[in-house]
Amino acid sequence: MSSEVAPARQPTSANARMLERRWTGRRISEWGIQSLLFLCAFASILTTAGILFMLVSETFYSPNPSDPAFFQRVSLGQFFGDSAWRPNFEPQRFGIWPLVSGTFLITFIAGLVGLPIGILSAIYLSEYARPRTRSLVKPSLELLAGVPTVVYGYFGLMFVTPYVIQPILGGLLGLEVEGRNALAGGIVVGLMLIPMVCSLSEDALRAVPRSLREAGYALGSTKFDVSVKVVVPAAFSGIVASFLLALSRAVGETMAVAIAAGIRPSLTLNPLESTQTMTSFIVNMTMGDVEAGTMPYKSLFAVATCLFLITLVMNVVSQWVMRRYRETYQ
Amino acid sequence: MNTPAITQAENRPPASSSIDRTTREGWLFEAACRAAAWSSFAFLTIILGTIFFEARGALSLRFLTSFDSADPARAGILAGLWGSFWMILLTGAISVPLGVGAAIFLEEYASDTWIVRVIRTNLANLAGVPSVVYGLLGLAAFVRAFGLFDKGGGVERLTGLDVEAIVIAGIEINLPFGRSIFSGALTLALLLLPTIIVASQEALRAVPSSIRHAALALGATRWQTISGQVVPTALPGMVTGIILALSRAIGETAPLIVAGAFTYVAYAPGGIDSPAKLVTDPAGILKAPFDTYTVIPLQVYSWIEKPQTAFHQLASAGIVVLLSLLLVMNGVAVYIRYRSQRHLKW
Repeated sequence: MSSEVAPARQPTSANARMLERRWTGRRISEWGIQSLLFLCAFASILTTAGILFMLVSETFYSPNPSDPAFFQRVSLGQFFGDSAWRPNFEPQRFGIWPLVSGTFLITFIAGLVGLPIGILSAIYLSEYARPRTRSLVKPSLELLAGVPTVVYGYFGLMFVTPYVIQPILGGLLGLEVEGRNALAGGIVVGLMLIPMVCSLSEDALRAVPRSLREAGYALGSTKFDVSVKVVVPAAFSGIVASFLLALSRAVGETMAVAIAAGIRPSLTLNPLESTQTMTSFIVNMTMGDVEAGTMPYKSLFAVATCLFLITLVMNVVSQWVMRRYRETYQ
Repeated sequence: MNTPAITQAENRPPASSSIDRTTREGWLFEAACRAAAWSSFAFLTIILGTIFFEARGALSLRFLTSFDSADPARAGILAGLWGSFWMILLTGAISVPLGVGAAIFLEEYASDTWIVRVIRTNLANLAGVPSVVYGLLGLAAFVRAFGLFDKGGGVERLTGLDVEAIVIAGIEINLPFGRSIFSGALTLALLLLPTIIVASQEALRAVPSSIRHAALALGATRWQTISGQVVPTALPGMVTGIILALSRAIGETAPLIVAGAFTYVAYAPGGIDSPAKLVTDPAGILKAPFDTYTVIPLQVYSWIEKPQTAFHQLASAGIVVLLSLLLVMNGVAVYIRYRSQRHLKW
């Protein structure tokens, strides 16, 4: 067979070379289609470029001298040194800390709620659950993941605060609970994280080969020992990555927080008070008509830059953990 | 995963206190895991229960067929329904061709060059960008076009003309697009793009390479192989992923608020307020994408923010409508997945 194919593969005559290089209609259309598909893929690069251009030109350096950027009007010292955030009232104050503290307070509470429940569910689904249980729990997790974020906010405002936080912390302990508070916001964001942590961690746990578990059992370990001391450490990088991704989502979560936790920027770590996060500031500010070029408009982008950098760092670290500490099994 | 080894370990009578502690530890841990797993079921029930309890009495045909009003007894969700309809239609029309095209390129054509690596890394990072940031991109790029069309902006300086709108095929399109459905749809399309690309890539990857080899061996070109064999095979998986992505877009609120959706709207985009007008009013169809709008979740948000409890009831009724839409879309996706799996031959 090779003796028949070989001559055709090595075009020696000028004629054959021309045949290969000729731009037939079909070849042109094949090339055109490939270029078109490449442009589709390139759209994602343009999106990133657009986001970066917008953030940089409104926050750090404006190409238009008559319309200076945020940090060409407000010093970095004021941004990181002031303790109040009030871009839309006189006297204007531009200290980012109230928004950052609000964001991290919510993220911390959400992590306390969502991460343990998420990882325990994942261990249950991957190590303990029978197929029948799985077929009930898995869809409810998927539905929970599909519920829009306004619904979580509504739930926090109308159920968690009046029927959970008020009776326990307000009624029993006599603490003062505001109608919109960071605790309710954190709890509902935590609920939102459960499906994400669970499904990512479960993937990591399932990727652990069966032989490791069986080796554990052969040594006389109990199921608890095998799950906690063999499978979880083996899937550790995936679990950490899922935690980081979930927390970065909590940082970027908007509507649930804007509804349940309120919109008053305050430098406090009291979870029973109303607070404002970076995201809810952006949404609340744009609810009205913000005129382009004004300081409130610029401050939107300054806050968005902070938000973008924080979530970017968390995502990159999560990907790095994933790659760096991944155990490879054959 | 109940191997005999452990059943024995658990059933053995405790010989010493250390074994007793071990079994108790194991039992407690399993109970905690089980409680955590079932808690999501419980949360879902409580959330839905609260919503439906609040929504009772507010849900009616009148609620579905009237516009928003300052009087809670007369307010309805119609503006949001039509807004969401146009939003999803346009978002899909923009993001699906782009996303599927990108996925085909990345899966079928791309070799391991630096630009492909940049695109892949970039996609992974774009998926983690908070949705409000996309909203701001929509505000800066689509609603305002970076100020290019403003007085004294780039376009006026270059051409000397103060361009406010452009007329294409009889439709007047404002430039920049302003706070229109089109701006919002472009914003959501960018937001969905990573999700759609990843879902389509997975569907394409599931197509066995023997199908590609067979087509190529018969002399089909690359594109003929892809368009005639690979994409049709991957289609059910793609459609499922795309519907799930679009159903996420229905619930998106924050990016649309930032990109200029309105909270109080008492008309349907383009004046099309009944399905019949889709047939009888073609001019309205062309006008609708460039009209101002609201969407269901935003309508819900604006009702939540009102002090009167009557509006809170309306909000939960709006949520019920929103959840029903999501349920229908997810049901369709699940059905397509089920059907395609039934006909799977390899």
